[in-house]
Amino acid sequence: MTPLTHIRSRTVVLPTRDIDTDQIIPARFLTSTSKEGFGEKLFHDLRYDTDGNPIEDFVINTVAATECRVLVAGNNFGCGSSREHAPWALTDFGFQAVISTEIADIFRNNSLKNGLLPIVVDEQIHDWLLSHPGADVEIDVAHSTLTFDNGRQVTYPIDAFARYCLLEGIDQLGFLQQHSDAIVEFERRYE
Amino acid sequence: MPTLFENVWNQHVVVAETANTPAVLYIDLHLIHEVTTPQAFSLLRSLNLSVRRTDRTLATMDHSTPTTPVSSFKDLAVVGESAVKQITVMEQNCADFGIELHGFNSAHRGIVHVIGPELGATQPGKTIVCGDSHTSTHGAFGALAFGIGTTEVGHVLATQCLLQRKPKTLGVDITGALPPGVFAKDVILALIGEIGVDGGTGHVIEYRGDTIAAMDMDERMTVCNMSIEAGARAGMIAPDDTTYQYLHGRPKVPKGADWDAAVTRWRTLPGDDSARFDRHVTIDAAQLKPKVTFGTNPGMVIGIDEAVPQANDTSEQKALDYMQLSAGQAMSEAPVDVVFVGSCTNSRLSDLELAADILRGRKVAPGVRMLVVPGSQQIKKDAEARGLDQVFAAAGAEWRESGCSMCLGMNGDTVASGKLSVSTSNRNFEGRQGIGARTVLASPATAAASAITGHVADPRPFLRDDV
Ligand code: SF4
Repeated sequence: MTPLTHIRSRTVVLPTRDIDTDQIIPARFLTSTSKEGFGEKLFHDLRYDTDGNPIEDFVINTVAATECRVLVAGNNFGCGSSREHAPWALTDFGFQAVISTEIADIFRNNSLKNGLLPIVVDEQIHDWLLSHPGADVEIDVAHSTLTFDNGRQVTYPIDAFARYCLLEGIDQLGFLQQHSDAIVEFERRYE
Repeated sequence: MPTLFENVWNQHVVVAETANTPAVLYIDLHLIHEVTTPQAFSLLRSLNLSVRRTDRTLATMDHSTPTTPVSSFKDLAVVGESAVKQITVMEQNCADFGIELHGFNSAHRGIVHVIGPELGATQPGKTIVCGDSHTSTHGAFGALAFGIGTTEVGHVLATQCLLQRKPKTLGVDITGALPPGVFAKDVILALIGEIGVDGGTGHVIEYRGDTIAAMDMDERMTVCNMSIEAGARAGMIAPDDTTYQYLHGRPKVPKGADWDAAVTRWRTLPGDDSARFDRHVTIDAAQLKPKVTFGTNPGMVIGIDEAVPQANDTSEQKALDYMQLSAGQAMSEAPVDVVFVGSCTNSRLSDLELAADILRGRKVAPGVRMLVVPGSQQIKKDAEARGLDQVFAAAGAEWRESGCSMCLGMNGDTVASGKLSVSTSNRNFEGRQGIGARTVLASPATAAASAITGHVADPRPFLRDDV
């Protein structure tokens, strides 16, 4: 995984609440056996009409969106299934951070393992972001800060270990493997 | 006194969590299926790793498997080239890494969350994970069971462990006798309606109270299954004699003296009255009515005889527009195109019996397509031994092989765009059952009543005395 230290980008705003993983990536695209290529299927049924043509006014289809690294979404983003294809689709499209007032547990876990930073902000900040699509934001991962172009800065909560892994681009499997003696010892006691 | 969850958690901590590092948690049982594992096996291959505990890993194929009736499994036609490849890759991975797979030819094939309990692999006090959010189902046995992503599937395959932060606990007390026509599905829909689809985020739910104690294991599984729809990490129910009776004699449970020892151990798992939860909710089950969803998430729930409520914001209005419903309209006015009885929520024998009881001697309304998909091949066999397939066929419903089917429409069983489906599954998300499909979640009884009348229907007038 590539280390993620700084993100500077305009935002894309999808204000809908409870955007579930079926909307992020519909189930019929889950038959792939690789992690690649999900970006073009991101938000597929919201993004394309039934003939497969892009719906022009859907925000993800705008030219500006393709440059954006930060997605601002309505409350409870990523609810539903455990499919890791959801963060794969978001990162493949180019997103590096998702901001909402709440982010579903399994989706948040999966995102952190794929270099996608889930950021939870309070309602006031969220309202501001929702009403300022395309706002310039800067994220400093080491300090867990989100800074707006008007100079306002907020810190967001993040698990210390998850932050460390993002900053260093560390794959958590290596960390688990370091505990192999403890695992052997546990199994000896337990079984 | 710790809660049930804390007891199970504490018994599986390999390395304790600190401010800077999560806990290393040992996993007793890893269930795997074709959709969320290929990339994890690729990782293992690229790192030259083996599966640490094949004896703690159990595989099936359910999500993209066809359910059309066939005389031989060789005739099963998997839809789409990539799905065929995915299934082949699964077979190869299980063969190469030495994992027990209940594939097409296995008499035990079925939905992963149905066969775990059926085989007795699901047991009290176990930690159980699967690359699937409805792993919460297994919590009905007093296991700590939760869904994980594909990266974590790789972690468990390689190390039999997961990195986890300890979640918070939410106690849900459900008391009172269920009124006629109200079932486990209505109880869990009522709870999600009450606390919302994010009401359980960051928490493990423990369901308690006399309503839960009176439920059989099928009903408890229905309740725990939908914990994830409230955003919860897991749902658990303390094991009791009902649990032990269900498990006794199943293929993967301990035998003889080992069984007695296991039961003695399991009896120490539940917390007592002094167990403290971070949060607490109560539900009066005696006041419940049959429930249906009217929107595009499982928290948009009303009583069957209630009118569609006003939208409070644009997201809710968007949901109503998608569902082609308007505020003030009675749900019973909504004409039904498809009825689906199945999924890991409601595809067990008692669910099928419930639907069959209502359908017996009646007909599916003209123009309605009804699909009944048992949760496993074993359930299919048991149902056929009871003649349920005949009841469904006589009523004009389709009787299928087991699988996920129309729950997520990956195998070709889909609801056409704009059509309304009354479904016993767990998600009414936009497009879940097919592009543009409109889903109303309900109990098997409500689904069967809707099939007969051709509109979303209250099951109560159709109940037989013995139901
Ligand atoms: S039946 Fe539906 S919810 Fe259950 S495992 Fe299959 S797809 Fe998932």
